Amino acid sequence: MTSTRRRLLILVAAVLVLAGVGTGVVLHAAARADRANRPQAGGPAVGAGTLTLDQKSRLVFVNGAAGPHRTAVASVPSAAPDGRRIASDLKCARFYAAAGTGVCLQSTTGVLKQSNRALLVDANLRTRRTFPLAGTPSRARVSPSGRLVAWTVFVSGESYSSAFFSTRTSILDTRTMRLTPSLETFTVVRDGKPYHASDINFWGVTFASDDDTFYATLNTANKTFLVRGSLSRRTVTTLAENVECPSLSPDGTRVAFKKRILSRTDLWHEYVLDLRTLKETALAERHSVDDQATWLDNHTVAYALPTEGKVGRSDLWSVRADGTGTPRLLIAGASSPAPL
Amino acid sequence: MYLTDRSAPVKAGTDRPRRRGPGRTVAPVVLVLGTVSLITDISSEMVTAVLPLYLVTTLGFSPLGFGTLDGVYNGVSALVQLTGGHLADRVRNHKLMAGLGYGLSALCKPLLLLAGSIGALGTVLALDRTGKGLRTAPRDAMISLSTPAARQGRAFGVHRAMDTTGAMLGPLAAFLILRAAVDGYDAVFGVSACVAAVGVLVLVLFVPGRRHGPKTDEAVGDAADDAADEAVVADGRQPVRVREALALLRLPQLRALAGCAALLGLTTVSDAFVYLLLQRRAGIGEEWFPLLPLGTAAVFLLLAVPVGALADRVGRRTVFLTGHAVLLTGYALLLWAPATPALPVAVLALHGTFYAATDGVLPAALAAVVPDRLRASGLALVGTSQALARFCCSLAFGAAWTVWGDGPALAGSAIGLLCCAGVASIVLRPAESSR
Repeated sequence: MTSTRRRLLILVAAVLVLAGVGTGVVLHAAARADRANRPQAGGPAVGAGTLTLDQKSRLVFVNGAAGPHRTAVASVPSAAPDGRRIASDLKCARFYAAAGTGVCLQSTTGVLKQSNRALLVDANLRTRRTFPLAGTPSRARVSPSGRLVAWTVFVSGESYSSAFFSTRTSILDTRTMRLTPSLETFTVVRDGKPYHASDINFWGVTFASDDDTFYATLNTANKTFLVRGSLSRRTVTTLAENVECPSLSPDGTRVAFKKRILSRTDLWHEYVLDLRTLKETALAERHSVDDQATWLDNHTVAYALPTEGKVGRSDLWSVRADGTGTPRLLIAGASSPAPL
Repeated sequence: MYLTDRSAPVKAGTDRPRRRGPGRTVAPVVLVLGTVSLITDISSEMVTAVLPLYLVTTLGFSPLGFGTLDGVYNGVSALVQLTGGHLADRVRNHKLMAGLGYGLSALCKPLLLLAGSIGALGTVLALDRTGKGLRTAPRDAMISLSTPAARQGRAFGVHRAMDTTGAMLGPLAAFLILRAAVDGYDAVFGVSACVAAVGVLVLVLFVPGRRHGPKTDEAVGDAADDAADEAVVADGRQPVRVREALALLRLPQLRALAGCAALLGLTTVSDAFVYLLLQRRAGIGEEWFPLLPLGTAAVFLLLAVPVGALADRVGRRTVFLTGHAVLLTGYALLLWAPATPALPVAVLALHGTFYAATDGVLPAALAAVVPDRLRASGLALVGTSQALARFCCSLAFGAAWTVWGDGPALAGSAIGLLCCAGVASIVLRPAESSR
């Protein structure tokens, strides 16, 4: 009896201590979240302003700098990327825009699950349409004309212990508002023959200027392929192996992509593939790039790299697309670049 | 996921002990172990719920990066379970082994914070799974050994119901924390570690050590057990691990149960595929996909105790087989039922009933078959064979899906399940009288 009482006392004491620790941890994190929403000394200048997607010579991105505009879509002059940032009210996990059409992938935390959605926005960043997403936002793209929009989410309704993970890539025709919920319904042609598998995953769409052709990553049987697809014919054809997150150059001749440099590891280097000759060129970036790059012009690509020493923050870098030169810090505390 | 872990199916459950009528006869140890499982599952499902988000949004892993982390631990975990079960019997201290398992998993929670790379993260998750594998069989053995033979089903039902309650509360807790602290994944992991520590503490303080229980004796004591005891007496002095497991396999009833569990496991489509098929057939919005396992868990939670008690009355093998018949009905609905709003409800209800009728009932059925001193080994043996069979089924089902498409693949599994259930009902029938 005494022994039971003593054990109960120990338990109560321990629970009190642990509850205190737990509360402290949560309060600490909450305070940090608060700080992230306050501007920091030495941080970049960010101010609210009018941001439209039909402005020329500007670069839009998702602002990652601490302050009230963190995660807001912001823009800077292309010629002065370290200049004052103009931030909008639109907050996104991932964003892309072209020719007056924007797509914003959002993720909010609900009570039982996270709630994810894609917003199709017009040039004034007003929401035209909302689409529920099946998972965590990963990639977003708009075709050069602004007509087609694609997004990839990472689907996981299961625990890390289950052999189940999946990506889902959707394409929206903004003129007809017709949504292709999953590219997995498309016919796959591999080495000239129709290919079927249950483990097919697509991600990282990039569009050509004809509003039909697209490139994407196809993953099956532990391999990744660059595929060229046709939206109207609902087919994709494999072109090259070990190509992820392609990004088509403005002139349509090359794709920048990340290549896994050692099998079964998560180290990727950024390359450019000439679509005519299928010749690969390694870019000068020596860090592992895990992003879908964006072409700033026909000679330069931009991509996000994790900020050293800061978990959960990234910076935008740029490098020449011909393999020469050295990487250059484009915008600190930013992600999802899109040149207007 | 919110349910029991497929790789080691004889364990997670949950329970809500209902004190109704004459049913207040669950041993205190079962309630304590149920409490430990409840607390531990809150802790582990907190992490599970936010881990993908954390990987993708905070660490910036791409989907494929996460994919390489995934699904490599299944076989390992099953083998660890075997080791844990055997070691618990060998050192004659189930509490110690279970405590080590719970403790190891608890230690992994804060380590998650330090693991910034895929490799480090994979190691931490593997350790966590090892802890889970280690504790399963000793814990079930303790439940089994503390309960008279006639009430095993109810005892396991109570434990599984408590376990599932924790699994359902975990994500709730995690998302509440994330709402209080945006991007507060470290807070989720920290709180999860504290919760896990409470679980370990409850185990250490309130679960009696060593073998215990005056009730233990009545739990055994039928003819089968005597035979079993004889079989192990021969090499009962510290035999080699594999030897001992093999000796257990000489018990006809254990062999029958292990064989049937494996056979049925071979045709039990993994939960992920069931939800995927259901989502496709019923046209459920993709954003609701993560909630489907909750439906199964809720039904499991509600039925675990009554079905466990029913198993005690009408026979555990009967209920175990009926559970598979229920699952078969679920497959049939998935294959042929029209896509009405009632379809998902019906399929999830059948799926949850299947878990209620099998997850705790199988170990309950083993109580009368495995001698006390090898209880944990016996439970682990059956659990492992079932887990490995289900793992093979996943691989085969994926291949069948590729070749034939989802519908025919499921039809194939259903036919397989029908055949296996037929065989199992013949194999298990003669033993029926002894339950």
